[in-house]
Amino acid sequence: MSDSSNIKQVAPPEGYAGEGFFATKLSEVVGLARANSMWPLPFATSCCGIEYMATMAATYDIGRFGSERMSFSPRQADMLLVMGTIAKKMAPILRQVYEQMAEPKWVIAVGACASTGGVFDTYSVLQGIDKVIPVDVYVPGCPPRPEQILDGILELQNIVKNESVRRRSSDEYKDLLNSYNIK
Amino acid sequence: MSLTNEIIQQTLSQQFAPKVENFHILHDMLAFEVKKDASFEVIKFLKEDPSMNFNFLTDVCGVHYPDYETDRQFCVVYHLHNWFNNVRIRVKVFLPASNPEVESIVPLYAGANWQERETYDFYGITFKNHPQLKRILNMDEMESFPLRKEFPLEDQGRTDKDDRFFGRTGPNC
Amino acid sequence: MSDLLLVPEKRFEKQIKATREKDGVELSILNLGPTHPATHGIFQNILLMDGEKIIDGEGTVGYIHRAFEKIAENRPFYQINVLTDRLNYCSSPINNTGWWMTVEKMLGIEIPKRVQYMRVIIMELARIADHIICSSVMGVDTGALTGFLYVMQYREKIYEIYEEICGARLTTNMGRIGGFEREWSETAWRKIDEFLAEFPAVWTEFENMLSRNRIFMDRTIGAGAVDAEMAMSYGFTGPNLRAAGVDYDIRVAQPYCSYEDFEFDIPVGQNGDCYDRFCVRNAEVWESMKIIRQALEKMPAEGGYHADVPDYYLPPKEEVYNNMEALIYHFKIVMGEVPVPNTEVYHAVEGGNGELGFYLITNGSRVPYRLHFRRPCFIYYQAFNEIVKGRSLSDAIITLSSMNVIAGELDC
Repeated sequence: MSDSSNIKQVAPPEGYAGEGFFATKLSEVVGLARANSMWPLPFATSCCGIEYMATMAATYDIGRFGSERMSFSPRQADMLLVMGTIAKKMAPILRQVYEQMAEPKWVIAVGACASTGGVFDTYSVLQGIDKVIPVDVYVPGCPPRPEQILDGILELQNIVKNESVRRRSSDEYKDLLNSYNIK
Repeated sequence: MSLTNEIIQQTLSQQFAPKVENFHILHDMLAFEVKKDASFEVIKFLKEDPSMNFNFLTDVCGVHYPDYETDRQFCVVYHLHNWFNNVRIRVKVFLPASNPEVESIVPLYAGANWQERETYDFYGITFKNHPQLKRILNMDEMESFPLRKEFPLEDQGRTDKDDRFFGRTGPNC
Repeated sequence: MSDLLLVPEKRFEKQIKATREKDGVELSILNLGPTHPATHGIFQNILLMDGEKIIDGEGTVGYIHRAFEKIAENRPFYQINVLTDRLNYCSSPINNTGWWMTVEKMLGIEIPKRVQYMRVIIMELARIADHIICSSVMGVDTGALTGFLYVMQYREKIYEIYEEICGARLTTNMGRIGGFEREWSETAWRKIDEFLAEFPAVWTEFENMLSRNRIFMDRTIGAGAVDAEMAMSYGFTGPNLRAAGVDYDIRVAQPYCSYEDFEFDIPVGQNGDCYDRFCVRNAEVWESMKIIRQALEKMPAEGGYHADVPDYYLPPKEEVYNNMEALIYHFKIVMGEVPVPNTEVYHAVEGGNGELGFYLITNGSRVPYRLHFRRPCFIYYQAFNEIVKGRSLSDAIITLSSMNVIAGELDC
């Protein structure tokens, strides 16, 4: 059997432990469960998509972080990874995919093009996806290294772990969605 | 006997002068201009005549020359390639600004379909008898032709970038 | 107004109504939309289906139109290299080198043999990287994920080689007018040797897994067949054309960058179907490795890593700070006071997908007057709907994957 003495264990959330039970806040447990099982929807449009393929592959392996199953159906995905340039022709489709995702959902803008339009300051490119959908994490780079993409996902996992369970029904979130005209 | 630029020039001038003119060789490639009414028959001759045999259409593109005379503002450039004798040739058709229209070569080369649509999308050059002449790369609702020189590169309505910080003042790069 | 100018859904609705009234058969419209796991890149295909069989279809592209040609009219020559990376981003060094060769042809610059051999090595490595992705993703589309996970590790090794040479993994922005920006380090040469030593066994294993695999063969043989006449008429080049049986390869027909010094075969297929395309690409990887070995053996010791063109090649920083002449050259190059002729040039290279051409019109200023990219993907993708007519939907998916359509190159 393998030697398990050098495996580092993550500290459990704050709570009260006893014989066969562990009492903690609901939001901690929900946050832990959500953060470590984020199923991505890889919305790969261009070069950043190829770096994502490298992240998915064996060397960098995004599956280690809970994103084992790539969900191409928006209904079954937790996080939308927008990778690559979004042209104005594509923006309504991105919007539709975002709207089809079920709550809770998060968005990572991977790459310079998705964050701000990147190198392509032209008439046909949307200067950043936050013009059409709300974004949680921006990963800069052109294209970002797989380690950088993983860092963005870990950043998002941090956000998800610490998010309140009532966030989606709060006024602030509703105002955010209204500012994008998302029902 | 291999096909040299001189032979091509001679044959074309014999068959089609004065509709073909301005033969010049740039970087070993022969280029010439055709009047717009004769473009289809000249390209058909280049494709089908056994001595010419340009069987492959490499490229179709458009160019905008706002500084030239009004009847030479747009140009459609065809690159043809003869695989058997390994010769390339460039055919240029100048079009007037008021009515940039030229005969489509889709009946000769099926690969010209999307390339002509792209030229239409970028410049507004219409191709007569094209089976499906609509925009291809830009949005269907777009009204202007973006690769014309007067159309700006950047989206003028964008609010997140300030042109002064990029040193952009007028036609500056 | 012809029916073909309508949006495809409206055109197909008319056809559905007509077939319903005439034959009583109910056709349906399927939107193989821009975001689909099997379309590697974003392009849409609206298909008119009779059950699983495709009757007609129309593609919409332009979902990633980034207006490269318009940007190129506003950027100096050395900044356009960044755009060329992002054409066929699976094999960026080929695009980069193709662009530098176009500029050098325009300026009339002679490149030393050593630099040409180095360019050949990097272009062939890029071709191997491109075919690794295409072949393994063809496996993924038929359900064989192992091949992809296994050979992507070797694509990572190629990324490491690029990193040693130019610092970037994917969009390499490699080279300068006249050669490379720095001499390749010892690590780069060692990594290339290691790659050539390790990769053949890996590629053999990958080929053994899929080439004679009953399931894979049943999926791909006969799907998406193109005959040679149709391929040439539609302007096919590259592995798609060679799979149809035509042995046209620009490296042999119009050699550039000393390809005439190397001996290699051009693999051709017979039927132009998905299986032939797969096999042609796999065979090309072997040929590329052969070329790299020959280039390494024949590499001249003298020649440096760039041509001696101080007018266009930035001098090293130590000289710029210490030497007046270098300072002046540096200033002139960056500010654009370089001698550029008034000319037109067309240069083509054999990209991962076929003939990648650059048509450059200059007018003496430091930006091109017009730059047009002859993109192979754009030209051969127009035949897709013709190729899949009458076949089933699963054949269409595997055809799309075998044609290696890269969206960046499709929409430029």
